[in-house]
Amino acid sequence: MSEEAHGTSNYIKIWAILVVLLVLSVLGPMLGIQAVTLITAFGIAVVKAYMVAKKFMHISEAPKFITYLMVTCLVFMLLFVAGSAPDVFKSEGDNWKKTASWQYMPPEADHGAENH
Amino acid sequence: MRPVATTRSTAGLPTGLLAVWWVVASEIVIFGGLLSSYIMYRLSHDAWAGQAANTNTWIGAFNTLVLLTSSLFAVLGHQAAEKGDGKKAARFLYYTIGGAATFVTVKALEWNMEISHGFTITASTFWSFYYTAAGIHALHVIAGAIIMAIVARDAAKGLELHRVELIGIYWHFVDIVWIFLFPLLYIAK
Amino acid sequence: MAESIPSDATPAHDDHHHEEPSFASKYIFSTDHKMIAMQYMFTGMAMALIGGFMAYVFRMQLAFPGIDVPGYGLVTPANYNSLVTNHGTIMIFWVAMPVLIAAFGNFLIPLMCGCDDMVFPRINRLSYQIFLLSAIVLLGSFFVQGGGFGGAWTAYPPLSAKAEYSLTPLGSSIWLIAVALEFVAFLLGGINFVTTAMNARAPGMKLYDIPMVVWMIVIASILFMVSVGPLIAGAIMLLFDQVLGTAFYDPDRGGDPILWQHLFWFFGHPEVYVVLLPAVGITAEIITVFSRKKLFAYKTVLHTAIGTGVLSFTVWAHHQFIAGIDPRMAHVFTLTTLLISIPIAEMMFVYIATLYGGSIRLTTPMLWALAFIGEFLIGGVTGIFLGASGSDIYLHDTYFVLAHFHYTFYPIAIIGTMAGVTFWFPKMFGRHMNENLGKIHFWGSIIPFNFIFIPLFVLGLGGQHRRVFDYTNFPDLSLPWMQEFRVIATVALLVMLGFQILFLYNFFQSIFKGRKAERNPWNSNTLEWTTESPPPHGNWPELPTVYRGPYEYSVPGRDKDYWPQNEPV
Repeated sequence: MSEEAHGTSNYIKIWAILVVLLVLSVLGPMLGIQAVTLITAFGIAVVKAYMVAKKFMHISEAPKFITYLMVTCLVFMLLFVAGSAPDVFKSEGDNWKKTASWQYMPPEADHGAENH
Repeated sequence: MRPVATTRSTAGLPTGLLAVWWVVASEIVIFGGLLSSYIMYRLSHDAWAGQAANTNTWIGAFNTLVLLTSSLFAVLGHQAAEKGDGKKAARFLYYTIGGAATFVTVKALEWNMEISHGFTITASTFWSFYYTAAGIHALHVIAGAIIMAIVARDAAKGLELHRVELIGIYWHFVDIVWIFLFPLLYIAK
Repeated sequence: MAESIPSDATPAHDDHHHEEPSFASKYIFSTDHKMIAMQYMFTGMAMALIGGFMAYVFRMQLAFPGIDVPGYGLVTPANYNSLVTNHGTIMIFWVAMPVLIAAFGNFLIPLMCGCDDMVFPRINRLSYQIFLLSAIVLLGSFFVQGGGFGGAWTAYPPLSAKAEYSLTPLGSSIWLIAVALEFVAFLLGGINFVTTAMNARAPGMKLYDIPMVVWMIVIASILFMVSVGPLIAGAIMLLFDQVLGTAFYDPDRGGDPILWQHLFWFFGHPEVYVVLLPAVGITAEIITVFSRKKLFAYKTVLHTAIGTGVLSFTVWAHHQFIAGIDPRMAHVFTLTTLLISIPIAEMMFVYIATLYGGSIRLTTPMLWALAFIGEFLIGGVTGIFLGASGSDIYLHDTYFVLAHFHYTFYPIAIIGTMAGVTFWFPKMFGRHMNENLGKIHFWGSIIPFNFIFIPLFVLGLGGQHRRVFDYTNFPDLSLPWMQEFRVIATVALLVMLGFQILFLYNFFQSIFKGRKAERNPWNSNTLEWTTESPPPHGNWPELPTVYRGPYEYSVPGRDKDYWPQNEPV
């Protein structure tokens, strides 16, 4: 538990980095390239989550099993996706079709919220 | 009065801290189940990109900034509590509660605007997920703010200072959930 | 405010007994873990009676279609649906879980770990209060318009999601809310059990000195906490489908009903192990005490249990082989399901190895523990047929499935509980149960149990489908022998329920009039037997220190054949 890691200036520095990352993740989609958007959106989210967990929640100062527990929960979620995705992704089968998957019906009111 | 059991720590960390991490673990799977359902639907429904285009990135980004800042206050409160300064810790916790209040207010205005444009929870399954995920998250924000108010009241009197760290960990977790909700609901269009 | 307590050796409760607490603070709003355990146990028993009554009503309807059931009246199809649904829900969520995990966990974890209470006594009380509320909410669903939920305990949409299909618009929502409340109660309780066992153990109690039942309850609580999240999320989505008209599970509007099945069984399958493991732990305590032998391969049992827990997260879709899931995934889940039978079989072999060469005493708890091993093996072996996707296509949704899971859940929830109750009764109430009545009750429960479910196995293989209200409408399913088998099962159920009256008599008679029990009537090693029976508030005047593992029986060179954990060398 180093004094430096718990210092005010260090916390503010971390916060500043997080804000810069936030700005990047907002600007990313403006380039209009889908691969870049994915990286800036989700890559940055992972980095931010890691920073908050390490620097603000001090997960590395807790006993190791806490980290393992958190990772295990995430792995179980991946397992859940891996087991159910083949079914949920299917859009047709014997005598059934998820027609709503393909078409988009906008609500009847006008589009007031801003569009990208 | 207090049982001896509450004072032991054979696992090598304070009981309250251990319990909060277990709370976080069980919350990870709650949000994990919800978000993985959302992601699976999203990937199998191309049309959702068109609906997500109606969410307002700037409001989402502002709320992310609010939560990140409130997390900073929570950790500064923890730092003050570590040094035994209950009054300062309580002040930072009140700032955090202020962040929570801002977040919820902005959220309410945003929803109000969207609902008045016809994007209700039944408009499409994208919007169902939008309101369900953000709504459950907002409930966590509100619950965290209430608990934080109780912790801050005690901390101002110099009591139960270790709780400042505990509510802080919960708060950072709520922040992390939003860090993932923001790109999922607002950016990926 | 709390004064700080310098060390564990200080008597912590010297100024507690000045005044007699009022009835409400002693029995209703107590934060004492033993009282909360009793609250869970008696609530669970009451719910078991209700669930048993439901079984009686619908079994009567199946054996004698259209009969005016004594004590209930005519069973309509809607009644039948809501009875079978709530029988399943109650027996799993309001009987097996509160009794096996919450009652035994609350009672045993602090006593066996040598501390004076749970680490969060008030959260513990809150957990029970939420649980009680959930039970009341569930029972209340029978009195709303449309009656209790009738969409089966698995609540598959769209049947459960749309009022025009389920015909129980209010009942299905109330059912979901009750289940959600119950989960909240067990999340709070589970965190308490895990942190208590991790953090509040007696000085000297290392990881491998923890009695097996505590380990098992802790592993079960962890499994519950880590698996229930997706179902909580799914339940909120289902509730929104019901009351707000969203379309999470509606295929016509972009939803997917299979997703609910995944969310449900991702929790539902670990749930089987959540209730199984405590029963396995109780059995371990009992067979070591009554065969006077060390538990064979303590570490193996423990690591096997942890391995089972992890594996249990990989098997869930074997409940969905005919639900239209991807056939390639069926291969994967068949493989994992067959794999998981290995660790469980290994545990059973370990127990048999423990019995080998011991000086076995066939007391009532020991009979129950042995019956657990035998009957659960039948349940486990029949599970192999269902886990293999090929044979499951034929057997799915027949009474074979039903008989299989009753052959697992009855040993867990009834046999395991009875083993635990008869074993720890002297510690819980300070008196002995009547041994002869106990043995009569044992045989009166075990023999009819097999007569209920073996006929149902046969009927299932004969093609009898589940969830059918009246088989006389189906000529293929109302052959004379089939109807006879149904009557045999129902009569056996009546006999079994009749013997439970004997148990209730023995139980309550013994609480007040039983033979007084000394501290350690079974000559057992674990810490709970070193205090008075029943333990006082605070459990020990001076909290114990641990010197050895829990199963040091018949150690050569000692004059006594047991060696309590707290006895200094």
